Amino acid sequence: MFDFLDSGQYDLLGAFWVTVQLTLYSAAGSLVWGTVLAGMRVSPVPLMRGFGTAYVNVVRNTPLTVLIIGCSLGLNQTLGITLGGGTFKDIGFRLAVLALTAYTGTFVCEALRSGINTVPVGQAEAARALGLSFFQVLTLIVLPQAFRAVIGPLTNVLIALTKNTTVAAAIGVAEAALLMKEMIENEAQALFAVFGIFALGFVLLTLPTGLILGWVAKRVAVKR
Amino acid sequence: MTSVLYDTPGPKAKARNWLYSAVFLVVLGLGLWWVLSTMADKNQLDADKWTPFVTDGEIWSTWLIPGVLETLKAGLIAMVIALPLGALLGIGRLSDHAWVRIPVGAFVEFFRAIPVLMLMLFGSALYVRFSDVSSEQRPLYAVVTGLVLYNAAVIAEIVRAGVLSLPSGQTDAAKAIGMRKGQTMVYVLVPQAVTAMLPALVSQLVVILKDTALGGSLLALPELLSMARQIAANYSNTIASLVMIAVLFIAMNFALTTAASQLEKRLRKSKKSTGATVDLAAIDAGAGGGAGTV
Repeated sequence: MFDFLDSGQYDLLGAFWVTVQLTLYSAAGSLVWGTVLAGMRVSPVPLMRGFGTAYVNVVRNTPLTVLIIGCSLGLNQTLGITLGGGTFKDIGFRLAVLALTAYTGTFVCEALRSGINTVPVGQAEAARALGLSFFQVLTLIVLPQAFRAVIGPLTNVLIALTKNTTVAAAIGVAEAALLMKEMIENEAQALFAVFGIFALGFVLLTLPTGLILGWVAKRVAVKR
Repeated sequence: MTSVLYDTPGPKAKARNWLYSAVFLVVLGLGLWWVLSTMADKNQLDADKWTPFVTDGEIWSTWLIPGVLETLKAGLIAMVIALPLGALLGIGRLSDHAWVRIPVGAFVEFFRAIPVLMLMLFGSALYVRFSDVSSEQRPLYAVVTGLVLYNAAVIAEIVRAGVLSLPSGQTDAAKAIGMRKGQTMVYVLVPQAVTAMLPALVSQLVVILKDTALGGSLLALPELLSMARQIAANYSNTIASLVMIAVLFIAMNFALTTAASQLEKRLRKSKKSTGATVDLAAIDAGAGGGAGTV
């Protein structure tokens, strides 16, 4: 039943490795971008707040598929942006990371903003009474606590991101979903085995993430 | 206005905020200028690429409106099937009988962990092998199958979280007046849980609508996004048509999101609600986790 795996025709581990890489790069990118967005959305400068709000509402309501296809057709093929060049494969990978980061950043931003709301007002007041500036209050007092409070929601964002990387198949990035599409077409007689393998792969990717980060969230939660 | 993070600005802070605004505006302007000049270099700003959306009715009647309708159709069918199925699964997961609870739990956790795109691809292959669905109908069937399997599992979690969010006094009171388990669920818990989870359910509808776009790019479903290539092929305006399609998606989803938040406000005010609400993001991260943010 699983003999098609021995043929060496399919690079199963390679495809899942691309999925993992997509996830890790986009996770790092969206964590940074989401924090910047959250900082804008709570800042005292009205223009930055407006930009943050508009960005989050627009991007969150756009299907990820539209963003990824837009990056490929619009940025790359029409405007000729190659993000540092390289082979077709490298460019597709980077475009996918760009779109995933732009998209996931909005969810990180919203999670962080709800985390900022869990910090008691008294703490920020005390920090201000010491003469700290907005930037100092945010980075020294509020964000460190907010991050600890939102590890749970951020885990959900990370797991959703892992699953969302499959959308990169739409622009031909050789990750798990694209390989599955190919294998389903070629190995129609082993349909359930193929689906089972990929399903198992995603369970193996997301289950430990959930368990480990769930444990971390409990360990670092701010006791109030 | 005051916030946790900063005082009401005095004259000095106001001046500083103006300065920051100006700097930010310059940065934003530079970014915009770069985008526009890059687009102008590739002739993407020419009037004839954008005016067809206003002057040429055919672009709407041939592509955009049929695309929107197909998107809504796939989304609506999936919602209509996934909602009752999800409700049943959610209640099944809360069952006192292990032989119901455990298989339903396994089903829900499994389908929550699999990317919806893979479910669509699998569905499509299933219809090829085991049914005589015609090849024109197959993409719609496959997309709906994928959406239903994934979203029913997510909705099951929402329903479960909705029921669990109710104060335990509700069950106690129902028991005290002699209701059976089934009666407690049907007459006491579910009606109240519905109000708590309505906002989360409407947000999930946005997810379903967004996910239909996957069918366009990988399964040849003639939905809105798949029209981009065809419009661009006729008017050679890739960016303009992508922007237009994004605007239509945003408008549909924004309408749903706004409806959800209005609903939440009304429910919070109404006396019938227990005040409990289910937050999509807060639903426990199991193997699946992240109640679908595609």
